[in-house]
Amino acid sequence: MSRHIVATVDEIAPGSSKLVTVKGREIAVFNVKGEFFALFNRCPHEGAPLCKGQVVSLVESDEPGTYRMSRQGELLRCPWHGWEFDIRTGQSYCDPANTWVRKFAVAVEPGERLAKGPYVAETFPVSVEQDYLVIEM
Amino acid sequence: MSTNTLERSAVAAKPKLSLVDCDIHPNLKSEAELFPFMERRWVEHAQQFGPNNHQGLAYTLQHPRFQPAVSRADAWPPGGGPPGSDLDFLRSHHLDAHGIAHGLLMLLRPTGCDERNLDFAAALCAAANDWQRECWVKPEPRLHGGIMIPQEDPAAAVKEIERCARTGGFAQVNFPPRALEPPGRRRYWSIYEAAVHHGFPVGLHVGGVPGHPTTGAGMPTYYLQEHHSNMPGMQAVVSSFVFEGVFERLPELRIVLIEGGFAWSPALCWRMDRAWRLMRAEVPQVPRPPSEYVRDHVYYTTQPIEEPDDPAHLGEIIDWIGHERIMFSTDYPHWDFDDPRYAFRTKLTEAQRAAIFGGNARALYRLP
Amino acid sequence: MRLPLAGGIDCDVHIAPPSMRALLPHLDAYWREQMVNRGLDRVDFTLASARPRLPIAARPDSRGNGGELDTLRARLLDPLQLRTAICHALHGAIALHTEDMAAALCRAVNDWVAAEWLDREPRLRGSILLPLQNVELAVAEIERRAADQRFVQVLALAMVDQPLGRRHYWPVWAAAERHGLPLAIHAGSLFRHAPSATGWPSFHVEDHVLQAQAFDAQLASLIAEGAFQKFAALKVVLLESGLTWLPTFIWRMNKIWRGLRAEVPWVKQPPGDIIRDRVRVTLQPVDAPDDPQVLARTLDHIGAERMLLFSSDWPHWHDDRPDPIPDGVPDALARRMLLDNPAETYPRLSLPAARATEAAR
Repeated sequence: MSRHIVATVDEIAPGSSKLVTVKGREIAVFNVKGEFFALFNRCPHEGAPLCKGQVVSLVESDEPGTYRMSRQGELLRCPWHGWEFDIRTGQSYCDPANTWVRKFAVAVEPGERLAKGPYVAETFPVSVEQDYLVIEM
Repeated sequence: MSTNTLERSAVAAKPKLSLVDCDIHPNLKSEAELFPFMERRWVEHAQQFGPNNHQGLAYTLQHPRFQPAVSRADAWPPGGGPPGSDLDFLRSHHLDAHGIAHGLLMLLRPTGCDERNLDFAAALCAAANDWQRECWVKPEPRLHGGIMIPQEDPAAAVKEIERCARTGGFAQVNFPPRALEPPGRRRYWSIYEAAVHHGFPVGLHVGGVPGHPTTGAGMPTYYLQEHHSNMPGMQAVVSSFVFEGVFERLPELRIVLIEGGFAWSPALCWRMDRAWRLMRAEVPQVPRPPSEYVRDHVYYTTQPIEEPDDPAHLGEIIDWIGHERIMFSTDYPHWDFDDPRYAFRTKLTEAQRAAIFGGNARALYRLP
Repeated sequence: MRLPLAGGIDCDVHIAPPSMRALLPHLDAYWREQMVNRGLDRVDFTLASARPRLPIAARPDSRGNGGELDTLRARLLDPLQLRTAICHALHGAIALHTEDMAAALCRAVNDWVAAEWLDREPRLRGSILLPLQNVELAVAEIERRAADQRFVQVLALAMVDQPLGRRHYWPVWAAAERHGLPLAIHAGSLFRHAPSATGWPSFHVEDHVLQAQAFDAQLASLIAEGAFQKFAALKVVLLESGLTWLPTFIWRMNKIWRGLRAEVPWVKQPPGDIIRDRVRVTLQPVDAPDDPQVLARTLDHIGAERMLLFSSDWPHWHDDRPDPIPDGVPDALARRMLLDNPAETYPRLSLPAARATEAAR
């Protein structure tokens, strides 16, 4: 296990994502209303790059012909077959028990603390003025 | 369905197979891309009148789709244009990335097959064929065209098959599963005779807008149903070819059912055989049990592959059909794409894998 | 013909639709005079999908010399030692475009079934023939007949004007659910449009083969429209649908639902789960090969333990094998389809014949 600095907090606006590579693995980092989540960038179904998927709301229905929206921006639709995943947990909406995207712990750390290490900064220098996203892997 | 995390890294999953993809969709950047291949009279017709077909909506599909351009969200070419419209991007994003040695082209729009004006239909088909050859097949020898034909004018269709056989670049004749009449009906036989004469299989890719509903029960309400209806529609294709006696009449004819799946085939054959045993007096043109014709004449592309909870169930289906009739396809760039690395969850032997991912298609289409 | 146990329930028995003359006593004054004056008393509205002369329409042993009921008793009810047989008469009234005439004839057919069959043979149960051409008239017929507990289901054809899941029909399914009547869908078409996605086929044998696909489309419709959510107690019975097409249907619908769920968010379970819970399928015709192993495997693919209902499909002839339950059906499943599954499907079957008859009075 090592910790990897993958982005500054400012880089990923709420509702957007960034694709990063850690130890040769592609990881999609999402900002959901100020919270950050990191998912393996491969759909568990056929391997589609999840970072290209649409971030959507949860649609439910109490009765045919009615549509109830909630959790805006908290679900991810696979860019190929449209399977929905909960960005917070990586779980498939239709089959949460058996189908999930691997999730990685992501933490926000102030640059001041990171400067002391031991962290792996993959692509950019760390400045003490900024906050960073750190993935443990 | 037990689908856990795909843990294999991108590097380890690099394709080794030199495979054949039996369903790739090239796309026009715009309708005008066809104009250089059309006489002025038809360019003007296209611009002034446009298509005349049998559905409520013009210029789009009757059941609104769920993905922009019906496509994978990652398949939009970086240089612009709709998915499937950029040969360079198709090469890097699909052919090279998946180790595809041969790809069968399947142009979906515009097609002459739904056009009621038969002369315009013929002009559209000829232009689409020249466009495939000049813009795709000549610059990229891995790709092979499918001959578009105005099937409701069989004489014109036969002429177009002959013309394309002369120019080269084509591997099969395309015929819509949903034509004006079931595909086995006599009016279409000369088309199949021409295909056999020139050594082309007849490929039937789901689709067609003939004016009647997509199911025997009526028009579906939702895209979910409409997408599903492709599968029973393919079964009606098979029963029509069988009971009209087309296979009996043309022993060399081979048909390829594209994008209709395949798991339904054994059950259809059992049902046809039972019905034939009791009602064969009605169809003297069918002297053998229907399942025998299906086994000899019908090929299936795999996408969108059936995914039972227990993958072994699909293995049993493949055994019942015979793996030598099943040919891998991706449907690139469409949204229900199958990835050659992950689409098959069922266990295959090496020989089965080699046949399904390339060998069967190479033999059928006589590919190098 | 024999069955592994006595006291079973046969869920698909055909009785030949009555002649118009037989229906005249069951029509009101207006329709009786109309039928006679227009010469329609000599026209039997025969459903094109139920032509009695087709080879599959009648087993060789079903054409007896006595009355039809006697033949049914002697050739089916007695030898199979059936406790109950659920019957229906597929009358061409349901194909008419004239709604009021259709409703009048459906009323007459249902009353004729009660008088000529159910009153005379306590082992029989009936199906309410619905004039689905008009939703209000169909509801009215359910309300009129439902008090007679011997009618255990409502009956529709597999190919009518619109897919059966559409909201258009919901008042009818609401009435059926309210009265504990499953919706039975029987093979057949009104030919309002082509019976397949490819258009109009040439041969009767194709029509027969294509029926399975109509059931496929009806299940897709009922699921996608949310009919199973809306009518939580409604069961759907497929009569003469075949069953070996079901695995592919389930696999494909489950897959596509995962991608398109947001289009139909009321569908909250995989379609295959909904079907196993709410749809029942009659056995005949067993569209499987002779190899019992293959049938056994296919039943396993379906997960059919609770779904299958025994049916002889009398007097239809789909099968040249002698026994109505073919090899390959495990003993436990045979027992379930003869006894438990029908009992779970049809709330009205639990009533003993005497009480059901009493309720009809």
